[in-house]
Amino acid sequence: MSMDSVFVHKIWNEVEISKMVSGGVPFAMLSDAGGRVGSLYDVYDIDAGVDTRGRFIIDPDGVIQGYEVLTPPVGRNVLETLRQIQAFQLVRQSKGAEATPSGWRPGKPTLKPGPDLVGRVWETWKTSMAFD
Amino acid sequence: MPEEMKVGCARPTGGPVGEEQPQARPEETGGAELSAKREGGAMIKLGRKAPDFVAPAYHQGKFVSVKLSEYLGKWIVLCFYPGDFTFV
Repeated sequence: MSMDSVFVHKIWNEVEISKMVSGGVPFAMLSDAGGRVGSLYDVYDIDAGVDTRGRFIIDPDGVIQGYEVLTPPVGRNVLETLRQIQAFQLVRQSKGAEATPSGWRPGKPTLKPGPDLVGRVWETWKTSMAFD
Repeated sequence: MPEEMKVGCARPTGGPVGEEQPQARPEETGGAELSAKREGGAMIKLGRKAPDFVAPAYHQGKFVSVKLSEYLGKWIVLCFYPGDFTFV
């Protein structure tokens, strides 16, 4: 979603994006006239007159589970967004019984928060797991 | 889901829908209520409902009208960016 019109979205998809992504953008390219939706989500930069690079993860109940906002010159990391969604999906599936520690990716061990885990995270989670 | 729009000369616009729906969901956020900083009260809060909106969109050859709440039941990634033809 940007403040560009749907007409500009169409032409950008045609002349540039479709040369990077086969078939062009697969999802809806939203138009935010006047930055009204960006303002609602607190990512509209009133001085620059643009929406900044905000990314929101919204769960199936419509609840915001995470967001990240960057200034214009730095792009986001798609794999990190996907990793976070996978983590939120696991937590949701376990109904909150499991949590994903720092560095978690699918397949890596989760934590089961509770009285028995207090002070004993070190036994199952190693610092190296945050970096591998 | 999104409805196709008839597009004339006027640029289609959208905007917020209804009112804020502050509904805490502490079980999945550990009770966290980290709010985006905003003068005059935060509208975006982790663990709260995402504000609903309607926006015109271009989607695979068609101009459509997208309403966020039509996607309930799915995981949604909502991305804002400064503009088409920006570089990153």
